Amino acid sequence: MFDISFLYEAKDVKDAIKKLVENENSEIVSGGTDVLIRVREGKDAGMGLVSIHNISELKGVSIENDGTIVIGAGTSFHDITNDDIIKKYIPSLAEAVDTIGGPQIRETGTIGGNICNGATSADSASTMVALDACIVLEGPEGERIVDIKDFYTGPGKTVRDRCEVCKCFKIKKENYENYFGYYFKYGKRKSLEIATLGCSVLVKLNATKDAIDDVKIAYGVAAPTPSRAVSAEEYVRGKKLVDKNLLDTFADKALSDMKPRNSWRASKEFREQLIKEMAKRSLVNSIRRAGGKIEYYV
Amino acid sequence: MNYIGKSNLRVDAYGKVTGKAKYTADLAPKDSLIAKVLHSTIANGEVISMDVSAAKKVPGVVGVFTCFDVPDVEFPTAGHPWSTDPKHQDIADKKLLNQRVRFYGDDIAAVVAENDVAASQALKLIKVEYKEYPVHTDARSMLNDKDAMALHPNWRKDNVIAHTSFKSSDDFDYDKAKLKAIEEYGEENLIEVVKNVKTPRISHCHIELPVSYAYVDSNGKVTVVASTQLPHICRRVVAQALNIPWGKVRVIKPYIGGGFGNKQDMLYEPLNAWLSVKCGGKPVILEIPREDTMIGTRTRHPMDGDVRGLATKDGKLLCRELKNYSTNGGYAAHGHSITAKCAGIFQNLYKNPLGVNSEAWTVWTNAPTSAAMRAYGVPQAVSFAETLTDDICFKGGFDPLKFRLDNLCDENLVAGGVKFYTYGLKKCLEIGAEKIDWYKKREAYKNQIGPIRKGVGICSFIYQTAVAPIALETASVRMILNQDGSMQLSLGATEIGQGADTVFTQIAAESTGISPDKVYVISTQDTDVTPFDTGAYGSRQTYVTGNAIKECGLLLKKKICEYALLMEDEDGIKGKKLEDLDVSDNYVIDKNTMEKLIPLDKLSTTAFYSFTHNQHITAEKTTDITTNTFASGCTFVDLEVDMPLGIINIKDIISVHDSGTIINPALATAQVHGGMSMSLGYGMSEELILDPVTGKAYNNNMLDYKIPTAMDSPDFKVEFVVMKDPTGGYGNKALGEPPTVAPAVAVRNAVLNATGIGFNEFPLTAERLVHEFKAKGLI
Repeated sequence: MFDISFLYEAKDVKDAIKKLVENENSEIVSGGTDVLIRVREGKDAGMGLVSIHNISELKGVSIENDGTIVIGAGTSFHDITNDDIIKKYIPSLAEAVDTIGGPQIRETGTIGGNICNGATSADSASTMVALDACIVLEGPEGERIVDIKDFYTGPGKTVRDRCEVCKCFKIKKENYENYFGYYFKYGKRKSLEIATLGCSVLVKLNATKDAIDDVKIAYGVAAPTPSRAVSAEEYVRGKKLVDKNLLDTFADKALSDMKPRNSWRASKEFREQLIKEMAKRSLVNSIRRAGGKIEYYV
Repeated sequence: MNYIGKSNLRVDAYGKVTGKAKYTADLAPKDSLIAKVLHSTIANGEVISMDVSAAKKVPGVVGVFTCFDVPDVEFPTAGHPWSTDPKHQDIADKKLLNQRVRFYGDDIAAVVAENDVAASQALKLIKVEYKEYPVHTDARSMLNDKDAMALHPNWRKDNVIAHTSFKSSDDFDYDKAKLKAIEEYGEENLIEVVKNVKTPRISHCHIELPVSYAYVDSNGKVTVVASTQLPHICRRVVAQALNIPWGKVRVIKPYIGGGFGNKQDMLYEPLNAWLSVKCGGKPVILEIPREDTMIGTRTRHPMDGDVRGLATKDGKLLCRELKNYSTNGGYAAHGHSITAKCAGIFQNLYKNPLGVNSEAWTVWTNAPTSAAMRAYGVPQAVSFAETLTDDICFKGGFDPLKFRLDNLCDENLVAGGVKFYTYGLKKCLEIGAEKIDWYKKREAYKNQIGPIRKGVGICSFIYQTAVAPIALETASVRMILNQDGSMQLSLGATEIGQGADTVFTQIAAESTGISPDKVYVISTQDTDVTPFDTGAYGSRQTYVTGNAIKECGLLLKKKICEYALLMEDEDGIKGKKLEDLDVSDNYVIDKNTMEKLIPLDKLSTTAFYSFTHNQHITAEKTTDITTNTFASGCTFVDLEVDMPLGIINIKDIISVHDSGTIINPALATAQVHGGMSMSLGYGMSEELILDPVTGKAYNNNMLDYKIPTAMDSPDFKVEFVVMKDPTGGYGNKALGEPPTVAPAVAVRNAVLNATGIGFNEFPLTAERLVHEFKAKGLI
């Protein structure tokens, strides 16, 4: 039994917003894989839950005429991994959400919940940050679009108001076309795991595939929110793949952009080592996927 | 043999796979009240006062009971056979709810309510006022503080539950032995390793949580249905805790979803019984959430040992020493017995020509209570002994396999009345070495450089099959022949998921001649009905209870044959003597000619309904097993270390077991698989971590506590060295716990081979690896 004051199945987004406005002590539940845990732990005990679980307009992936990919917030991880558009254009997102939890969690958990939960460890978050995704929110005042870089405000905190429903994510063509990506989840075990560190890299090579046109690298758990390593990205643009210092300098710059902390879960020393090594391996894997040749021991 | 050594399907397979098999929570009456326990939020101190007024006002709350309401009775919780000698009884140091708080999470109050939500809400409304004392979460810090307050002053003033020293001879002293060795061999011809090894606090992680429901029946009997490994001991402890006659308590044990030793302690059954009594005997169910289970029930002992060992430069082990500080937590539970068993195995695994000292302290601390967990101190014993061996080999340049073959205990070992009636240890090593291709890989893995390195490692072990002669090993069995020639098999030994019922069925079939499909094992124990047995712990049941089943079966068979002689009208019976007859495949046969004489269904129907020779053929047998035989074995690992990320990738792993006759090879293999997985958790990822200042656990949940998943598990390979042990019912020795002893240390030793770094703190987490590799400049 869950200690909740009510569970309301919203008919559509507007209906959900209305219910949320009417009940101050209520929150949205979608897949329930975070909210119900908080209720069980007593943190959200006694709250009313407004379910957007059965709203079909929030589910599914589509592509607009200008090539913008639209991912419904209520799309489950399993459905993202198996979606043809995602597999074709942004396969590293398909891989990233396939590392979440176990099969049952991936069947019910949604990308909207994963992002709106605000956790730096969310496996979809670093890839969405690397993709410069936009987040479409609708609240009592109407719709607004927020860039993901402006979305997170702190650990577990976002700009989303309690009464705003996250409807979908939009990824512009320029942010995925000709990019090849890799998501590296480092956990203490291979499934049923929250990332100790997550690293998502997107690489665009030049036409001759011997130099880097652009790189985007984003981490989870390397800072309080999912974060881009901007100086690493700047350094690596235009560099030749044969450059001997490429990987080491890229990794050092990435580390300097992050703020890893010391905790019982992982020491700062360990996190720093992972930030550097994962930067290298993620970049190497992305370059190889892009058709480039680069030497590394794995 | 007809039924021994066959991979019979589990007798409970279909019920468990389809979900039809009933467990405690499935059986609780629908109108049961729900109980929940309030745990302390300090690790050492006293509850000064509690305000329960708000909690009592929550609609649906039936009662709130605090540490000020419970009987002033301290009781023992260990699942040991009772001793009639007060000096050998378990320490009685726990009340149903405790006003004197000894660890973070101690039980201080309980709520009973009509529903789960009301009970949770009421728990949150209880206001507690504490007086706090300084906290010591581990044995060494407790002993180092000379002013530390006694947690159980009625028992000990210094918090030391026990301190023992097992020596090869009374006057053995390691330093003197070393001087003697220097004199004999010269210092330059000796190799010594001195180090400290730490083992982690582990949670059992049985799938079914600790759960029970209790009620007082219409005749006033206090009845507890519980997920316990040992219903008869549970009955005794519930009676002791409630201070009522033992016969006033009835314990029923349905199917249980694992125990691994945690349910070898009485956890919440006594409190559950008392709460029902307080609520007018109404059924009350008490299920402990996972988070509370991990800190509030039992854990494996964290141990912290100073180890020394001396060998000659040509690879002869001379003498060893262990000084082991074992953290027992807030309550005594099993007392010193686990640490003592650890000390004994350390002492006896090797020959020690110049002697050995294995010294141990078990200490009360402000930490979760440590008690039995699968293999009872032996994983820690080999963590000390087998890492020492490989460090000596590394330093001396010895081959770890050859060193073991030269120095391990041999077939002549006799220790505390336990001996190898059959000895397969070195054979296990030879088979394992061949399967892993030991010598070739040792050669191939020499002088590696670079960030990815390969290694092979070994760990060996010995293991006492039962607990005799230290403790009583008693078992009772009852067999009842039905009208159709089938039988009920009733025993106090328990099925806890390990497959006991299936193995018992095979032993009953073998000894009676009644085929397994006609043996109906009664899986549920009910102390009002079931014959006595101390239950599932150690690796005892197939050995101890198996012997009782065999003897009972032979008795039943004799009675069947005696009855056959009364059926003179049957062809071939006239003129036969008892010694001519046997039972085989559901027939009474002439054992000389193997001729089938009377089918058992006909014999049984006749016996039940005969006007002239009416008999209900039953047999009952109690055995007290006083022999105890060593099982043994080893694990070999081949692995790769990804040094920049601290990742260990196991490429190949094989365990070889000397466990006598294997009663059911499929079940035995599965038992080894489970043990290997459990050991790899201990070796590589699992540890329940406490904040040393507050005593609060950081990771008492299944996300932050890293039990390996199926995805983390390599393919487990298993081999058996089969030798028929003369003391086992059908030649069998221990196999329940031994599989979870060696794999962890084999991994550690393979990492040493791969990287040159010998890790001395388990588990070998990536963070520990990276830290050491960085410190040594390897990454």
